[in-house]
Amino acid sequence: MSEMDEIVREFLVESTEGLDQLDRNLVLLEQNPGDKSLMAAIFRCIHTVKGTSGFLGYSKLEGVTHVGESLLSDLRDGKKALTPKITSALLQLVDAVRRILTAIEATAADGQDDYPELIALLTRLQKEEPSKTTPLSGGGGARGGTPQAPPAATPDPQPSVSAAPASTPAVGVQVVSAEASEVGAGEPRERRGDSVSESSIRVDVGLLDKLMNLVGELVLARNQILQFTAGQEDGAFNATSQRLNLITTELQEGVMKSRMQPIGNIWGKFPRVVRDLALACSKQVRLELEGKETELDKTIIEAIKDPLTHIVRNSVDHGIEPPATRLASGKPAEGCLRLRAYHEGGQVNIEISDDGAGIDPERIRQKAIDRGIVTAERATRMSDREVFNLVFLPGFSTAAKVTNVSGRGVGMDVVKTNIEKIGGTVDIQSKPGEGTTLKIKIPLTLAIIPALIVTTGGERYAIPQVSLLELVRVGGDREGDQVEWIRGVPVYRLRGQLLPLVYLSQQLGLEQVAGLDGLPAARNIVVLQADERQFGLVVDGISDTEEIVVKPLSKQLKGIPAFAGATTLGDGKVALILDVLGLAQRSGVVSEVHDRSLGESVLQGQRVEEGKQTMLVFQAGADPAAEGGRMAVPLGLVARLEEFPRDKVEGSVGRSVVQYRGQILHLISLSELLGTGVREVERDTVQVIVYSEGDRSVGVMVDRILDIVEEQVTLEAGAGRSGLLGSAIIQNRVTDLVDLPGLIRAARPDFIEAPALAGAGAAA
Amino acid sequence: MSDNRQLCTFYLHDLFFGVDVVEVQEVIRAQKTTRVPLAAPAVNGLINLRGQIVTALDLRIQLGLPPRADGEVPMNVVVRTPEGPVSLLVDRIGDVIEISEDLFAPLPETVDERMREVVDGVYKIKDRLLLALKTDVVTQISDTGAAA
Repeated sequence: MSEMDEIVREFLVESTEGLDQLDRNLVLLEQNPGDKSLMAAIFRCIHTVKGTSGFLGYSKLEGVTHVGESLLSDLRDGKKALTPKITSALLQLVDAVRRILTAIEATAADGQDDYPELIALLTRLQKEEPSKTTPLSGGGGARGGTPQAPPAATPDPQPSVSAAPASTPAVGVQVVSAEASEVGAGEPRERRGDSVSESSIRVDVGLLDKLMNLVGELVLARNQILQFTAGQEDGAFNATSQRLNLITTELQEGVMKSRMQPIGNIWGKFPRVVRDLALACSKQVRLELEGKETELDKTIIEAIKDPLTHIVRNSVDHGIEPPATRLASGKPAEGCLRLRAYHEGGQVNIEISDDGAGIDPERIRQKAIDRGIVTAERATRMSDREVFNLVFLPGFSTAAKVTNVSGRGVGMDVVKTNIEKIGGTVDIQSKPGEGTTLKIKIPLTLAIIPALIVTTGGERYAIPQVSLLELVRVGGDREGDQVEWIRGVPVYRLRGQLLPLVYLSQQLGLEQVAGLDGLPAARNIVVLQADERQFGLVVDGISDTEEIVVKPLSKQLKGIPAFAGATTLGDGKVALILDVLGLAQRSGVVSEVHDRSLGESVLQGQRVEEGKQTMLVFQAGADPAAEGGRMAVPLGLVARLEEFPRDKVEGSVGRSVVQYRGQILHLISLSELLGTGVREVERDTVQVIVYSEGDRSVGVMVDRILDIVEEQVTLEAGAGRSGLLGSAIIQNRVTDLVDLPGLIRAARPDFIEAPALAGAGAAA
Repeated sequence: MSDNRQLCTFYLHDLFFGVDVVEVQEVIRAQKTTRVPLAAPAVNGLINLRGQIVTALDLRIQLGLPPRADGEVPMNVVVRTPEGPVSLLVDRIGDVIEISEDLFAPLPETVDERMREVVDGVYKIKDRLLLALKTDVVTQISDTGAAA
């Protein structure tokens, strides 16, 4: 009985592999109808399945494959030419066989369905008069770029060469199955004569996983020994442990390599997917695969399978236009979908690009506004790239209509989550009319990764090196070399860029950062990259880098976004692995789309030469005739400068407002805020600095905008007035630096509390 | 024999518990523990069990009992669960005792609900009551990340 089970299992494994190959071969054959060896391979595969199923007593499977075999036999003998119809029927056959195999695997019986329609279809196709037309004439579907080969019926240029190897194994198979049925329970032997199968063996994935775990343990033990070695004088011992070190590294590489699979393994099914989909949508799509041999860890291959399929389907369904549309816009009727995989910097890049219609950023903007994801004002300010990445938000579909293939708005967010789950990133770029490119970056392996060990609150944490950009130590002596605060948010000036800071201890709930005053003098900043954004993680100490073995967290700890896993360190103690993206999201560095774009605009404003700052200089609260009243704010804080006619300024419950981009913009007078007592001079127009935060904006009225300067700003101790940070010399004149966010917060506490709805700021 | 059950026993606060021996992987002394910030209060931390990372749950907190006094060192009872081993921190280890199913009784309704969730029933042994713990339930954490 168990021997029988063994046979069935082997049959299932081999047949399933054969079927995957069959899918590919059928599509290939459609492109090269004259290829006899392909034809023979297809025939052989179906024949083998039929033979074995008969012997194992799966009559339904035998019935279906039998008619398929008859049809294939005619095709092989050149009695019939391959048409798209026949190809589709044969692909259906493959699906049916696959379903039956699944049923056998699950229930040990070949299921309920007899597939009478499929059998009838295949029989009808076989009985049909041999078609005189050239295969594939006019029909859509996936096609190779190669020139069309002669139809199967025409004599092959080298019949003897290609036919001979093709038919021999087929006969061999027949012998094997016949022999098997005679013996009764003989094991089906090796059926394919490939040289590949002789130099490789099939290994249980469980065993590979176990090996990987053991190597992980070994790596940890090695780390421990190396730590121990550091304090030893014994030369022989040191040499031995060096050797151990080298061997372990090599072993680790070897085992990791054994788990590597070429990405072609999952791409293999795409020709079929694309063909079927192209037919269903009446489109012509050529699929180009580049870098099939790029290798990835098995677990990662599994993880990206579904997201990739989804993207490919999306591209065919939405990206590539129907032939007529393409011709009208001067493109070839046949669309091109290109998959490209390559290694780069210890990561694997996968690009999926099509030359289709592309995505219209305006349409996404409109859709995002309609759905209330962003405000109209925010949408206009977003860069096209930011806009494209909106499609990764849950429930966001750009498809004009929902098809059965895609467009339901579920999917792209799942694609993104799945890829991020394995530490990857995904980015989308598109040019209307020219096509769309999705770029996925994923790590090679998840099991053993280099990591930086940091300490905070007395515990050690590991940060995966992939997210690490650089380490900065904040001294506190040098001017500007310190943590600064913008409205309670700590930032650090890193070569002229503002780096938002996240205190690890605070994020982990270990301590509260008091604010400006409670800042420790010196801190270590780990500059990290998360989701295309940089942020600085403030930690107590930085220890070392170590190869760590990633272990999943137990069920009790799942759902804590700050941690990606745990590992044992060289000294045997457990350390938690920080989830950089999770931390960034938790701390709000990358949480919401609008926050992000604000952050970017701040960064852009600050992207100047080292030590220099771009300042907006203006005049307020002083007699314009006299000198003085010069003030400045960093340009990065300014959302926009506006000028409104005085008569457009309306009063609303004692406050000045103005209609601005379809919303109500509240205006506040800077001189009133600063309490200088001097009102703005009445002019025909008012000049306003628009300050935005999140979705809300406030206009600050000033007397006159003077200039935008880029200068080294050295802040002198404050003038003592609230709302002013202090004074500085700008353009050789004493200028007060205004604490714009602080002032607005003081004047309009509701500015922060107000709900984030568009125009709700008027509710005050 | 068929009516007998072997229980690994331990003490917790003023209570006496037992876990089926087949469910116990091992009993070990207090280990170096790595704290897990943001985890549920009952999560004491992570310990390294010969290369395997095991979550340690403080059974006192998990059962709503008063916390252990300072200086009292707990013991780890490592139990097997479908999701891998979990360590339960207890006050003191008792003997492995063989017990007749005849002595089993369900927990009275008057016992508080949390206790009734995790305790299968009670064995009325000679000098005291032995509470049979349901390891699968007691190792569940309902909402993680609740701690501030």
